[in-house]
Amino acid sequence: MTDRSGPQGRVAHALLGVSAAWLALTALPAHAANDELTLYTTREPALIQPLISAFSAQSKIKVNTVFVKDGLLERVKAEGARSPADVLMTVDIGNLVDLVEGGVTQPVKSAALESAIPANLRGADGQWFALSLRARVLYADKNQPLTSFRYEDLANPKYKGKVCIRAGQHPYNTALVAAMIAHDGEAKTEQWLRGVKGNLARKATGGDRDVARDILGGICDIGVANSYYVGQMKSAKEGTDARKWGDAIKVIRPTFASAKSGGTHVNISGAAVAKNAPQRANAVKLLEFLVSEPAQALYADANYEYPVRKGVALDPIIGQSIGELKVDPLPLTEIAKYRKQASALVDKVGFDQ
Amino acid sequence: MLISRRQPPGLRAAGPAWRCASFLIALGVLAPVLTLAWLAFGSGVGHWGPLFAHVLPQAALNTALLLAGVGTLVLVIGTGCAWLVTAHDFPGRGVLNWALLLPLAMPTYIVAFAYLDLLHPIGPVQGAIRWMLGFDSPRQFRLPDLRSMPGAIFVLGFVLYPYVYMTARAMFMTQPAHLLEAARTLGENRRGAFFRVALPLARPALAVGLSLALLETLNDIGASEFLGVNTLTVAVYTTWITRSDLAGAAQIACAMLFVVVALVWLERNGRQHQRFGSAQRMRAVQPRRLHGGAAWAATATAALPVLIGFVAPALYLVWESGKRLHQGGGISQGLVASLGNTLALAAGVTVVAVAAGLVVAWASRSQGTSLNRARWQARVATLGYAVPGTVLAIGLLTPALAFDAALAGAMGWQGLPLMGAGIVLVMACAIRFLAMPVGGIEAGLARIPPAIEQASRLLGETTGGTLRRVHLPLLQPAIAAGALLVFVDAMKELPATLLLRPANFDTLATWLYAEAARGTYEEGAIAALAIVVAGLLPVVLLARNQLGTTPAVTPPDTDPA
Repeated sequence: MTDRSGPQGRVAHALLGVSAAWLALTALPAHAANDELTLYTTREPALIQPLISAFSAQSKIKVNTVFVKDGLLERVKAEGARSPADVLMTVDIGNLVDLVEGGVTQPVKSAALESAIPANLRGADGQWFALSLRARVLYADKNQPLTSFRYEDLANPKYKGKVCIRAGQHPYNTALVAAMIAHDGEAKTEQWLRGVKGNLARKATGGDRDVARDILGGICDIGVANSYYVGQMKSAKEGTDARKWGDAIKVIRPTFASAKSGGTHVNISGAAVAKNAPQRANAVKLLEFLVSEPAQALYADANYEYPVRKGVALDPIIGQSIGELKVDPLPLTEIAKYRKQASALVDKVGFDQ
Repeated sequence: MLISRRQPPGLRAAGPAWRCASFLIALGVLAPVLTLAWLAFGSGVGHWGPLFAHVLPQAALNTALLLAGVGTLVLVIGTGCAWLVTAHDFPGRGVLNWALLLPLAMPTYIVAFAYLDLLHPIGPVQGAIRWMLGFDSPRQFRLPDLRSMPGAIFVLGFVLYPYVYMTARAMFMTQPAHLLEAARTLGENRRGAFFRVALPLARPALAVGLSLALLETLNDIGASEFLGVNTLTVAVYTTWITRSDLAGAAQIACAMLFVVVALVWLERNGRQHQRFGSAQRMRAVQPRRLHGGAAWAATATAALPVLIGFVAPALYLVWESGKRLHQGGGISQGLVASLGNTLALAAGVTVVAVAAGLVVAWASRSQGTSLNRARWQARVATLGYAVPGTVLAIGLLTPALAFDAALAGAMGWQGLPLMGAGIVLVMACAIRFLAMPVGGIEAGLARIPPAIEQASRLLGETTGGTLRRVHLPLLQPAIAAGALLVFVDAMKELPATLLLRPANFDTLATWLYAEAARGTYEEGAIAALAIVVAGLLPVVLLARNQLGTTPAVTPPDTDPA
């Protein structure tokens, strides 16, 4: 290779040419037609795709999706009045409250939504709506002689070096800590959190499925994770890794020691209509579809979540391995109030260090 | 032997058009940084109490440890292998010469994931160890968990060393042999000649490679978070997302940026009065043939980083993808579309970044005697690389969308045309990766003797004409190298793409991320493999471009000041 500006130079030229053509092609202003709507979601597209496809088939409305992981609020805020977003979809009550407080949602009045969703699972004035529930449950090694469990037990010294959990700063965990503050007060919760931290078998990191994987790997005996992963793992094909992880665990619905009612901590997935939605009517149609019986059955079957609508059957795997859900009666908005405090506690005890 | 960096007086500065364009580009890069500063100062510091008490000290310590560990590892591997390949001949040297660059095609988050799986108690490595030792359950015998500081240093070090290897190798290749020979005749042994002559001479190149690797480490979010190492970047992220404190996050990010800029400036300042020129005509170092055990030991040593940083994780991805295809999951339509989007995005980013880099480098070069006036623009242009991708994207959101809305309003268009067409995304990535073409082209320009430009101008050519007809052809290797680096990095880019992409636009990285976020890693394996395979071609081209077997026609003066 004596001529150093040979083949690479040509490739670079070709690259430049292709890129310039692409820029010219894509730089056309986009238009939102009446039979379309734009969905911004922090939920992974594959999870909601079956629901979106069913909606499009029924309503003939095409749904354009953007999967935004973090910064949904910042993006919609910055887009302002010209934002193409019609529906904002996310998980966790805290994120929904952030959207409302950030001023990017609008109130919706709909008899269909109000009759399908219990009052404690939607915002005042219809600023947000819960679409499905997920329980924060205990995964335990299937050989553990456990039949019941309280969240407080996670701090029990007999589980020293036996507990796995994802990052304390993850919204699923800050919500659990916030619920604990609401039940037991801040001082007791701090003590509890230190106990849990002391019991950790490994760093608080990874995802919820890693709890099952690490139980199979002998790293820990118990851990806290969301309910729908159980359905995913236990329904995976025989012989896959996910199935092996799922088969290694059993699931217990924990309760709070101080709550007489004995409910389990849940979180939600939900949605809101964007403040500047260009296709507001379509947006409401999508929300109404998502709480209709067929869509709620899809949430249960395809995603292994708990429906918000009464009378919709659970997925058989969830029914068998976790069972009917008894929800902690503490209102979600009450939990949301404590989440900053919860996040500060997680920092204070150095949970993720 | 020294080439003056100053041009002789009498050359006119670059035309106002060049300076104006360069200024606008610098302004574009500054926009997100200024927005961040504005966000940071828009709020008090009262809420820093708990952050200072419980988060930042530990995060700063973690960051320092991680940087020190990764820095040491990449310097040792990168410089060691570069010298091994330059000064020695051993079996496999020809292949390893370029194969040592292969980990560049591997995103750190993919490698982190691959190793977690490979080294997990239920993974193949520990399974084999248990089988050999006669244990049947991981409860009887386990190795320490990868999710730790040493694990993160290991993963990042073996993926990022090619930045140092590339610059060190290119430098060693062009070091004149007679300097080393002089050292030997003056009584140094081989080791002494390396440590006291070759290595100090390579300092500018090592500094460039090391700073790229360290900035990648500093701004890494995927691998660090995945391995449970809470760095300052992770703290920026959690402060924004889970503490819902964007201003606090911006303040930490600004403080980090300040430290980075200060460190880079100190390093540059430290060698400002040193000159690293080299002779115009010289003989390159001739590799010494190794024999027997030493030869094979050299082969093994140089092969190890390639095995750890590329071959093992790549084989893992091939195996996982095969398993996935065997279990009946096909390659979905969406994945194919994502591949097309990824290539289009990377190509768009490359063209914008290279064109902008050329303008900035040329304008800052052609300032005649008043070098420093436009130099700041070249320095500013490289700021984007010093900011984590998500933070940069957040900073860009407000100014870019304000401009977009104003443009649409003026033209009477609906919606947000630049955002909708993905142009904001291309700009964000171009800003992020602008440092690569600017640095490369500046270094390339420095290698071209000023006499060539003077001759062209004396013969009546304009500045622009000189650039087009004289410098561009000479700069082709530097431009191609910059373009390829940007292309590879844009293919792997995740955080800015996630935040700024238009509707229905998935890249391989976002696809993979979505699968991983959902917890279905198996389906992500095919996307990960596609990123690696698509990144291989540019890396191989880069290897040929940078490490061609013949030394450069013109020896470099690699002072990238």
